Amino acid sequence: MAKLRIKKGTHALNRSLGGDIAINTILIIFGAFMFIPMFYAIIQSLKPLDELWVFPPRFFVINPTMKNYGDLFRLMSTSWVPFSRYIFNTVLISVFGTFGNLMLASLSAYALKKVKFPGSKALFAIITYALMFNATVTTITNFLTMSALGWVDTYLAVMVPAMCTPLGLYLMGQFIDSTIPDSVIESSRLDGAGEFKTYWYIAMPMVKPAWLTLIIFSFQGLWNMGASIFIQSEQLKTFSYAIGQILAGGIVRAGAGAASTVIMMVVPITVFVISQANIIETMASSGMKD
Amino acid sequence: MSDKPVNLDDGGGAAVKRRAVNRGEMTRMQWTLREMKVNKVGYLMVAPFFVLFTIFTIFPVLLSIILSLTVFNLVEFPTFVFLDNYIRLLFDDDIFLKAITNTLVFAAVTGPVSYMLSFMMAWFINELSPKMRAFVTLIFYAPSISGQVYLIWQVLFHSDQYGYANSILLRFNFIQEPILWFQDANYVMNLCIVVALWLSLSTSFLAFIAGLQTVDRTYYEAGAVDGIRNRWQELWYVTLPLMKNQLMFGAVMTITGSFGFGVVVTALAGFPSIDYAAHTIMHHLDDYGGMRFEMGYASAIATLLFFMMMGANLIVKRLLSKVGT
Repeated sequence: MAKLRIKKGTHALNRSLGGDIAINTILIIFGAFMFIPMFYAIIQSLKPLDELWVFPPRFFVINPTMKNYGDLFRLMSTSWVPFSRYIFNTVLISVFGTFGNLMLASLSAYALKKVKFPGSKALFAIITYALMFNATVTTITNFLTMSALGWVDTYLAVMVPAMCTPLGLYLMGQFIDSTIPDSVIESSRLDGAGEFKTYWYIAMPMVKPAWLTLIIFSFQGLWNMGASIFIQSEQLKTFSYAIGQILAGGIVRAGAGAASTVIMMVVPITVFVISQANIIETMASSGMKD
Repeated sequence: MSDKPVNLDDGGGAAVKRRAVNRGEMTRMQWTLREMKVNKVGYLMVAPFFVLFTIFTIFPVLLSIILSLTVFNLVEFPTFVFLDNYIRLLFDDDIFLKAITNTLVFAAVTGPVSYMLSFMMAWFINELSPKMRAFVTLIFYAPSISGQVYLIWQVLFHSDQYGYANSILLRFNFIQEPILWFQDANYVMNLCIVVALWLSLSTSFLAFIAGLQTVDRTYYEAGAVDGIRNRWQELWYVTLPLMKNQLMFGAVMTITGSFGFGVVVTALAGFPSIDYAAHTIMHHLDDYGGMRFEMGYASAIATLLFFMMMGANLIVKRLLSKVGT
């Protein structure tokens, strides 16, 4: 009979003290490896110029200052293309790309998993296989497609491909499959609701965690998107690209660069903190059958 | 009850009738056609996504396979050269051989290591309290979503004494001269791998956390009764078999990610990297497709990359299907 150790009132099965110590030690060491660079990025942004270039470099800041953030905004206001334009571009691309991805992917996922027409299994299998390679493979030929469509140097060139990423459809499909019983859909149909109505009023409210996950994945990708070969004119480039330009500015701009990195990372991290529970709930059904 | 198979056609619409087909009276073909007709709204619903998906994902893959057999400079019509591009790639292009080696080293190191790390860390934090677990998840996941924050590694490994690594090594007299790190062919590849690992706790990590959360406690209790004595046995005999599907999904995400790791290298080591020491297939693709406009040649590179990714994924999928059996 297995030994049951009592821990805070619950049975802790098969847990040895040695193992607990080892696991926690590894967690702390690895946590430090993950956290220190992030922490250092924040510290750098708070250092006044003389502390940024001190030898030996310090892992802490003596006179924290917000001056770097001020410098960043001054740099922004003097750039050739107004910085508000870069931010506008990023927001526009992120919002429309994400919204399009959510609508198209959820509509398809619903149809593939709940309407079950001939071919729906094959289409979902194609999506599963599409997860196995990334956009690097298609960039070159997509450039030809974009030229043929006349989309080079327009927002469409970055927004539209983002709307049909396979990951969004895959996660949505798996989540619908595991959370919505067929009987719910059937009874909605018996009440006389068409497929579109059932999709919108019955299925969608049941998969809110998956929406959020899709929104966050799509948003993260678009928010962090830097230079794209489809976009040439400066007016259409993104915030992430502009930040990269500041970072490339060298020593004089090291402070502003550090500040801009922090601004870049604050947004996705905040979004993740808010939605973490929903994302984990969605990922629980992400499993792939062989 | 009526003697007809199913009859729900009182007052309902087409949607209600959809399951009323008696399959026994029809051939397979007739039945399929009937099902297609009844469910035609389904095709309408998937159309928007799949039209775009075909244009921007399926068609480009097929087109690059076709173009890889041609010479195409964007101006003149492509001329068919059969396998010349591949022969040139594999036998005449030293830099490509370097790129393919680097890509495989990247994939072979970062892929399995980040997969194991993602799983081990997810498993370790699974037993923390929910608040603590959410916090540790954030710490581990944050680097992969934080945009260009990885550039901080350039500061940590700066090429003069202001870099953190150099200053420590100098202070303790391990070195006399600052190491150039990202500009040194001996170090650049290893450093990029470290950064890749730092960025690699992403989608599969979340999938593992979620998968571990869904394993029912009663399985562990039953396992303990059946004689499982420690957490390793529990992991192997109870947890892993229950998480097989998550493991599969995580593997696919990790492999695909580990082959596509080029943007970060460019940002850290420049393009081209010193002596092409961290040159990957993706860089080679950018070079020929984005700069020299040798589209046929670039398509051959893309096609090879495509088959490498698919191959690696399918092999690993087959291996993983043996877990717990």
